[in-house]
Parts: sequence; structure tokens; C-alpha cells
Amino acid sequence: MKRALTLAASVLALAAAPAAAQDFVITNATLATGDGSEPIERGVVVVDDGKVAYAGPQAGAGAFETDTVYDVAGAWVTPGLVATVTTLGLADVSGVSESNDVRPGSSPFNAALDVAPAINPSSQHILVHRAAGITRAATVTSPAGSIFGGQGAIIDLGADGQPVTRAKAFQVVAFGEGGARLAGGSRVATYVAFANALREAQDFGRGRWDAESAMLTRADAEALGPVVAGEQALYVSVERASDIRSVLGLKRDFPRLDLVLVGASEGWLVAREIAAAGVPVIADGLDDLPNSFEELASTQSNVGRLAKAGVKVAINAATMENPRNLNQYAGNLVALARVPGADGLSWGQAFAAISSVPASISGLGGKAGVLAPGAMGDVVIWDGDPLEVGSVPTKVFIDGVEQPLDNHQTRLRDRYRELDESRLPEAFDW
Amino acid sequence: MRKSIKTIAAGTLAIALAACSTTGQTDTKSASSAPAKTETPFPSTYTPYPGAPTALVNATIFDGKGGRIDNGTVFFSGGKIVSIGGPDTPVPADIAVFDGTGKFVTPGIIDIHSHLGDYPTPSVQAHSDGNEATSPTTPEVWAEHSVWPQDPGFTRALANGGVTSLQILPGSANLMGGRSATLKNVPARTVQGMKFPDAPYGFKMACGENPKRVYGGRGRMPSTRMGNFAVNRQTWLDAKAYDGKKRDLAKETLKGVLDGEILVHNHCYRADEMALVLDMAKEMGYKVSAFHHAVEAYKIGDLLRENDVCSAIWADWYGFKMESYDGILENAAFLQREDACVVIHSDDANGIQRLNQEAAKAQAAGKRVGIDISDAQVIRWITLNPAKAMGIDGMTGSLEAGKMADVVLWNGDPLSVYSRPEKVWIDGALMFDAMDRKRRPVSDFELGQPGEGDVK
Repeated sequence: MKRALTLAASVLALAAAPAAAQDFVITNATLATGDGSEPIERGVVVVDDGKVAYAGPQAGAGAFETDTVYDVAGAWVTPGLVATVTTLGLADVSGVSESNDVRPGSSPFNAALDVAPAINPSSQHILVHRAAGITRAATVTSPAGSIFGGQGAIIDLGADGQPVTRAKAFQVVAFGEGGARLAGGSRVATYVAFANALREAQDFGRGRWDAESAMLTRADAEALGPVVAGEQALYVSVERASDIRSVLGLKRDFPRLDLVLVGASEGWLVAREIAAAGVPVIADGLDDLPNSFEELASTQSNVGRLAKAGVKVAINAATMENPRNLNQYAGNLVALARVPGADGLSWGQAFAAISSVPASISGLGGKAGVLAPGAMGDVVIWDGDPLEVGSVPTKVFIDGVEQPLDNHQTRLRDRYRELDESRLPEAFDW
Repeated sequence: MRKSIKTIAAGTLAIALAACSTTGQTDTKSASSAPAKTETPFPSTYTPYPGAPTALVNATIFDGKGGRIDNGTVFFSGGKIVSIGGPDTPVPADIAVFDGTGKFVTPGIIDIHSHLGDYPTPSVQAHSDGNEATSPTTPEVWAEHSVWPQDPGFTRALANGGVTSLQILPGSANLMGGRSATLKNVPARTVQGMKFPDAPYGFKMACGENPKRVYGGRGRMPSTRMGNFAVNRQTWLDAKAYDGKKRDLAKETLKGVLDGEILVHNHCYRADEMALVLDMAKEMGYKVSAFHHAVEAYKIGDLLRENDVCSAIWADWYGFKMESYDGILENAAFLQREDACVVIHSDDANGIQRLNQEAAKAQAAGKRVGIDISDAQVIRWITLNPAKAMGIDGMTGSLEAGKMADVVLWNGDPLSVYSRPEKVWIDGALMFDAMDRKRRPVSDFELGQPGEGDVK
């Protein structure tokens, strides 16, 4: 462990990037630990060797030796936000196809696709979202050539050359209308395509896979092995209540599937069944329109109702304009608690839905999205309530390393603070 | 059943008309707008729903013009604002009085850029009515002919966004996309029943990537930005030569623009391109009312102020296409610093539900770089400024005596994520009430469907 840290430090030094992981203490924080509890006043966070050693009330903090103390004078301090189901690092400009690796529509491969080597940590979207307090993300490709979209990665948004926290963290599959389109134009076809693919994966694992009779490529059959075995989570895009029931029913044939529902606009109609199945949901936070016939019952109360039923629910970053709106979406769910007839979340629950819960679904339970002993040193100091619109971080640490918050946008901002052209052209002012 | 509804509607009409005459509001509809109205082949049949004289007291009021009144009173009657002021403002006895302690009042929110009804939900192909993408210029099409009044999106914009008026624009595939429709956000069986009375038409234009991509992709002109301008200029020149003898729908609209009766709303992202459009407008003799999606407006705030053009912008959309790559959070604040006109718009069936929050984000970005813009001024970005760019600021957009009683009572600071509209009045009629589930509109499409009547 120590050696890994030393290595990381030398890489950073070469890149002339931020200082290496430090020991530091934050005091006088309005502290939200991310675990669903409400914020506490005068909190203390201790980071030692890139990991959280303590986070809680001042009274509970023991002695700790460090050169670096940040007295934040009541400012909000939280774990870094965790954005799940993003394309961060896969496109510079989504509308510029040359720069966009999100949808490999002409590839002969599907389930075998692995985003990890394609992630570009210098993408402006990563820089901008780091400055918005997102420290970890799940990045995925979208299903394009079959119902299977490939294997997503958990990444960090740090300013170094090693963005991947965990490669091949999960597989993506589309059900509902999207899956139907990819499977041949009907939901009926989706179920056959799914079962056939998983059976071929089982055959592959048993050494009985036969290229002649197989429909999957060898690489795809191999890639689905960990899915059938329940060793790799399966993120299922699904919206309609009846489709959710059918997806939960897939476990009858493939009992070890580690299902995660993504979208689930009508989840609230089958909330108890989802809870009973112990399946977590990455839900569209504020969808409230019948955007398609599979989302007729969508409502902003979906997340609140799922949570009330005991479902582990995170907010999906995929349906918002930018993942940096995660905190705005969470804040809106708090607002709903004041609307008669609506179901919202408490502040602590809402913050957990964009920190510890998506981290837990991502396989980083206790490690990310939470400030607790042993967690990664992903810490954010804010200029206001992090769920309030307009609040942004003043400092971001990833693995205990303070991160640069500059990017293309901040440079443009500084250039256009004034429109004075009386001296050298702006092009010389950089 | 059907018969009785009709009777009620007729009764409503009578009440509303009576209310108008008693408040002496006839002068708002100036004589000059009357002839234009008779020429309109699809005239507005909008009449306000019935309202009761109402006073909101003890609230924090943002008047939409940049003013703020603490512990204020708004009194409206007969569909119009009667008075607004401090706690001493007289209010008649025996009327509905709502205590606004801890609550906020703003004018109805106005979205200058919406496609509700033209791209309604469910957004299936059969509903895709927003782009007549068959020719690079289609000045002859009118957005109102595509509006489906049953789009559930209208109801969400009302309930969650406090939106009382909105402009429906044709899409941006074409250099000239056609006429816009300005609507009151009320349930109606026909689009005519939603049309904002006496609102001027808008004209949608688009510069940049969209037209050249759509038509260039089909191997026809325009395929470049220079092609965009060439087609535009020739179309204007042909319109100027139009003698009006034989009716021509396209040229009638262009003529209306050249005569200043139809307001240009130009989709345009890049600063350099906006400057070229302004020169083209001068050459051809028309005015741009607002640039929409003006992601780079902050680079030319001085030019936009000098030309009296509004910039209708998002708070933080950026980086999704090449011409949005230079989007920054400080766009609105930098424009405000130059005293240029700022409008926050949505272009989105979800975003229209949170224009107040988008404005707050833009305000916060300004504050971080030392540009302090008051809350009252920020509310203007989503009320009076869009009204001005849409040519309806004489009738709505601010809380002033004689204006339409388009009013939102918020359950907290409208610039906070934790607040929602509690009640929304349109022309003095209570159209949404969070405390009363029967004041929650349900469109025809949603009847008998899962989730019918939910809070949404």
C-alpha cells in the first residue's frame, strides 16, 4: 500500500500536477458524512495517507499530528459526489462524432466492450465535473449493436493519468422499448436474446461453446460469464412497471444475477416487489412526463416512494443535461417533502442518493461517497449548502490529493471578465 | 354531460368579459392591434377562467421589473393587478386574502423558448411536429398548427415551474423555421383557446450547425456557414421584391418581419456568428429581438447592448455540440454587467419546470466573480425580459396595476432549490394550487392511465 502511494506520488511529480497525498485535518465543518444522516455542526475530518481516518463531531476526534489544518469556519464539508451511469471521459463533444466513443454502433462486439482503456482523464467534461465536486463516476457505453452495451468502469476524476478505479465493474443491458428496438423490434425478442446470450455464456464456461452454432462472438460469450455467475453486476435499463416485474423474474432462470435497475420511472408502482427482491435502483431523479408509453406513471415522487418502500435508490446521472446537476436534482427531492401528496427525501437521504448509495451500488460501499474511517480521501469543501443551486466546491481532494479546479470554462471566464480591447489582443493574454 | 360543460364555458366567458369592462382594461388592447387581429386567420379565443378578487399579503414580492417589496401586498381583481405595495396597501373587505408570511410572490414565469405541444410527450414519431425539415427556409409554416393542447408538459410547467406564458417555436433544422405561437399556459381544447390575445408573432431563425448539417447531409445547399448566409440573404431579397398581389404565405411572414410586426428569434450560439447576423439584419432592414441558445453571448455583451438584442440562454448547458464548447456559467452575469438583456430559457420539457433554479445558478456564478445581481433583478430574467423580447411586456411580465394578474405564490424563496409554486394564477384565475388536489390539471391523454392525477 505504501509503495503504491510512493509510486503515485512520483507519477504526479513527473506530470507537475498537484501535490501528493497529504495528511490533513479539516475543522469547524458543517459536516455531511454521506451515510444518510443529517449534517452535524463543528465537524472534523482527518485524512491520513490518502484515506479518511476520522469524520464526526469534534468531541470524538482524538489527537492527530499534521502540518495541514483547514479551519473552514462553518463551511460545508462532504465526501465527493458519486455520479453513476455517465459518459464522463468518453466524449469531448457529444455532437462531434469523431470525439465520441459512447455508442459503438458498427462494432461486431457488444458485451465484450470495455470502456476502461478509452477513458480520457483530460477530457474537459472530467475537469468541469471535478470542479463540481464529483470525485467518482461510473462510465458506460450505450447499447448500440445488441441489447448488451458492454462493461462499464468506475473512474475517479483526479488530475493524473490513472482514471480507472475499477475496470469491468458491471455489464449493461437494455430492456423495455430500447431493448426491444435492439433485439429486433419487440420486447418478445429481448427475452429470447437475453436468455440465449446467457446460455451461450454458460456453455462457454463449461467448455461447450461452439463457434459454428453460436450467435454471440467468442469475446461476447466470454464476457458474459461473470454476469451469469453473479460476479459482475448487471445494470438493466427498464422503465415500465410490468417490465420491471419481468426483469426481476429473470432470476428464476439465472438465480445468481446481480441485478441493478436503471431508470425505473414506474418503479414506485412495484416498489414493494423491488424491495423484496433486494435489487437496488439507479432512478431518474425528476422525470415526471410520459416521455414514452413505458413511462406513463413517471413522477418526481418515484425516488421518495422507492426509498419509503425500503429500496436502495441512487439518482441516475444519465438523464440530466450534465452530471454536475446531481446536487440540484437531490435538492429538488428535498423540496418535494414540503409538497402535499408528494414523496421526497430528507436532506441526509437526498445527499446519500448522490454519494454513498451510488458508491455502494458501484461496489465501493464504505470506500467512496462516505466520510468514515478507511474510506478513500475524497473530500469536498463547499461555498454553500451542497444541495442548493449555485453552490460549488472551493476545494476538492481525491485520494487525499488536492485537485486543480481550473478548466476551459474557468479560463474563458477569466479572459472575458472585461471586454477591453485597448491593449494587446486577448489571444496574447494567457 | 358535454352540453353542461359548454354551458359552463359560456357562463365563464360572460363573467370574464364583464370583469374586463368593469376594470376599464379595454385600453390595454390598443386600436393599432385591432386590424392585425382581423387579418389573423386563426384568432385567439382565449378567455380567462373565472377568478375572484384576491389579495396576497405579508409576502416578499419580486415585481418582475427589478423591484422588491418586503412584507408586501398584491391585490388583483377582474383578471388584472389592481395594486401592489407595502403593508399599508388597501385591500377591500370580503375578498380572498392569502397570508404570504415566509412566502414569496413573483409574476408568472415566462419561457421564451419552448416546444411543448410541437414536440409533446409521449415523444413518439407520430408526435414529432416541430421541424418542417424539408427545405432550408420554411417561413410559411406556423408553429400553432402543430401544437397539441393536450401535451402533459403544459401542466408540469404550470405546477412545478409557475409558467403562465410561453412561446412555442418551430425547431432549428431550418434557417427560417416559421412563425412562433405565444400561449397562455391554460388547459384548452384548441390551440386558439391558449393563444395569448394580441401577442405579436415571432419568427424562428437558426444559424450555425443545424441547418448546414441537415441540408448539407442531403447534398444540398446550405452545407456550410457561408451557404447559410447566402440562402438567408437571397430569401430576404426575394421577400423585399414581393409586391403582395398574389398571396404567398412565406413572403407574407417575411414582409411582417421587415415591417417590424413579427419579432425575430434567432437560434445562434457563437459570438462571431451573432455579429454577422446583426449585420445581415441591418442590410436587409429587420431587427433581431433575441438570440436563443446564445452560449457565447458573454463575448459580445457590448455589441448586444448596443443593438438592443436579448440573449435567451441556459444557465449551464455546454459542450454537447461544437458551437456550445465555449459555454460558461458566467454568461448571464457577464451580460448583465454590460447592461445587456438577459433571458433564461429552457428549450426543454423538463427544464421549463425549473427556470427559477436555472436563474439562481446563473446568479451564483456571477457572485463568485464579484458580479452581485440582486434577487429581484434575477427574477426579471424569467419574467419581464422574456415578455419584452416576445412583445407582450405591455400586458404581462411584471406586477403592475393594469397588467394581467399572472401571479405565482411560492412556498419559499423562488431562487432556492427547496421552494416550489404553491399557487399560480393566470389572469386572476387560480389555475394551480399545491394544497388542493382538484387544482391539478390532468390532460386528456392521461385520463385512465397509470399515475393519473398524481402530484408529478
